[in-house]
Amino acid sequence: MSIEIPGGPPPVAFYNNPKVRSIVYQAVLFAIVAFLVYGAASNAIDNLQRAHITSGFGFWNTTAGFDISQTLIHYDAQVSTYGRAFWVGLLNTLLVAGLGIVFATVLGFVIGIARLSQNWLLAKAAGGYVETIRNIPLLLQLLFWYNAVLKSLPLARDSIVIAGGAYLNNRGLFLPKPIFETGFAAVLIALAGALAIIVFFGLWARRRQQRTGEQAPIVWIGLALLIGLPLAAFALNGSPLAFDFPQAGRFNVSGGIEVLPEFAALLFGLSVYTAAFIAEVVRAGILAVSRGQVEAAYSLGMRPGPTLRLIVVPQAMRVIIPPLTSQYLNLTKNSTLAVAIGYPDLVQIFTGTVLNQTGQAVSVVAVTMAVYLTISLATSLAMNIYNRRVALVER
Amino acid sequence: MKKIAGVFVLALLAAFAAQSASAQTLKAVKDRGMLICGANGTLAGFGLPDAQGHWTGLDVDVCRAIAAAIFDDPNKVKFVPLTAKDRFTALQSSEVDVLVRNTTWTSSRDTSLGLNFTGVDYYDGQGFMVRKSLKVNSALELNGASVCVQQGTTTELNLADFFRAHKMQLKSVTFATANEAIKAYDAGRCDAYTTDASGLYAERLRLANPDDHIILPEIISKEPLGPVVRQGDDQWFDVVKWVLFAMINAEELGIMQKNVDDMLKSPNPAIKRFVGTEGNYGEQLGLTKDWAVRIIKLVGNYGEVFERNVGKGSPLKIDRGLNKLWNQGGIQYAPPIR
Repeated sequence: MSIEIPGGPPPVAFYNNPKVRSIVYQAVLFAIVAFLVYGAASNAIDNLQRAHITSGFGFWNTTAGFDISQTLIHYDAQVSTYGRAFWVGLLNTLLVAGLGIVFATVLGFVIGIARLSQNWLLAKAAGGYVETIRNIPLLLQLLFWYNAVLKSLPLARDSIVIAGGAYLNNRGLFLPKPIFETGFAAVLIALAGALAIIVFFGLWARRRQQRTGEQAPIVWIGLALLIGLPLAAFALNGSPLAFDFPQAGRFNVSGGIEVLPEFAALLFGLSVYTAAFIAEVVRAGILAVSRGQVEAAYSLGMRPGPTLRLIVVPQAMRVIIPPLTSQYLNLTKNSTLAVAIGYPDLVQIFTGTVLNQTGQAVSVVAVTMAVYLTISLATSLAMNIYNRRVALVER
Repeated sequence: MKKIAGVFVLALLAAFAAQSASAQTLKAVKDRGMLICGANGTLAGFGLPDAQGHWTGLDVDVCRAIAAAIFDDPNKVKFVPLTAKDRFTALQSSEVDVLVRNTTWTSSRDTSLGLNFTGVDYYDGQGFMVRKSLKVNSALELNGASVCVQQGTTTELNLADFFRAHKMQLKSVTFATANEAIKAYDAGRCDAYTTDASGLYAERLRLANPDDHIILPEIISKEPLGPVVRQGDDQWFDVVKWVLFAMINAEELGIMQKNVDDMLKSPNPAIKRFVGTEGNYGEQLGLTKDWAVRIIKLVGNYGEVFERNVGKGSPLKIDRGLNKLWNQGGIQYAPPIR
């Protein structure tokens, strides 16, 4: 027996409606957070005014007046502005972080795979590397490498002269700087052409392999094209390339491309440190691939090399990518330790010298935080796009 | 549960509202029973703690003199070591009551940072130190040289200015602290190290072989170093300003640590005003009648403090030069107490 309720379920008061409630709660929470942010900001502005501290970005276009040791874009203490100094610092940060990510990835993959090697000595050596490097604070390592660089290289007057006109001393590595003359464009065009041919050849080779099972020697042909074509263009155009050779002066070697010891120590330290973490990420990723996959590959007659390259690594990648992303972000953020060894990165130039000369702590720190947030989010975005491509597609 | 949430929000609001800092630094210091002084921490002769944690230096003694005037005890000071980079923020945010950290008085620091310089406790100027083996005798021969320098200082700007003015090529290497800069110089990273001349004498003592280095004769800038306070608290500004003036006046009047008690009986009107047997100059400052006597008895006059920390009585052996009194060929001069 059932009781009929006319007109469906009994009407619920709107304030008891779960949907309405959840919207109200969220609105209240949002209002509180917004109020707190507003309160903090207006409070800061208030206090700055009361303490007679100028704020804002008025300093951005005033002349900086200090010198910077490494500048990728033109910078002159006499005329360049604080804004220009900001860009110099940002580019220096991006340079060391970008190169650091490349080196750390290569080194990390090699060591991670080595740690799983059947070779006892290799596996133990890789394990020792990981355990030593990742358990020593990075700042100490940077100071160690910096002092190692400074102490082991000769003074400027006893520079090591490297064949080809390069100099090495404790002021840095000085390389001949290429100067491109008219006609060098042809070399670049030849290089682009070679790349295009390699891509088409690769696509054709893959289709042919799928059709007939025959493999083409793509690597050798590719290398030959990549080196041969530009070289031919270079010779045909009468060698349109000159070098600005570094000159040994009274104090320093000057001219050419200068690689500072601070840069070398920072790049080396960051790469070595992050590689230890990446090695563990890679090892975990490879171990996550079920053993059956390898056994299946072996039973099909594949050799260990191709098994690793074609079966294990592609499946490991989907485990590796997310933690790898956070290692990349760590490396970028750790590059701010540059300040300890005198490398002019964004923090050293902008939140160091510029903040001090102008006293605009709030504006300067806010800009710097925004920059690191942007770099990190951009890195994350790129890695997420890549992750979507390698992720397991479920059907 | 709802009540707790309500209380939490209220507490947050209260925390934000309570941010309006009071300008009564002298009262705050007296209530606390302790002066908090921003000092250098790594510069011999100006601010350096020894192995027992006892701070010494010219700047440190100025802080002790302030504490002596307020508390009659030169040890009621807590020293906060600050880097060149962090010092102004620490003062602005009231972490320290006064900043006495070989800080150069410049117009922009005085106006845009919300700070006030109270006087000059050391007239300094920027110089260069080089290795003797370079055979350089003048800073004008440094064209193309690498120079190690500390960040966040007027030094950095003077350096670029000097090389620019003399059309010389500069390769500067900038470090966050003087410590790192001097270590890099010692390791041969730079041909020259630059900072205020007083600092050069102090840092040279820390090098592996101090005798292998010389300080070049050129002084390329004016660096008046002095105590700094926050803007907007005139009473505290006056206290810090007049403590230093009292030390300089004492030297001029011949009042020293060992004779200050005899001076209490002096008939000289200027000395009577100084020691407080005549007038109420101490009370006008918000201190006691014998404020100046306390300073001299517990810390010493300017000349004594100078010689003990950076002059003949110290390892630095710096000549008094500009820091002699105005009537002895220098420019140290204090307005009279009256």
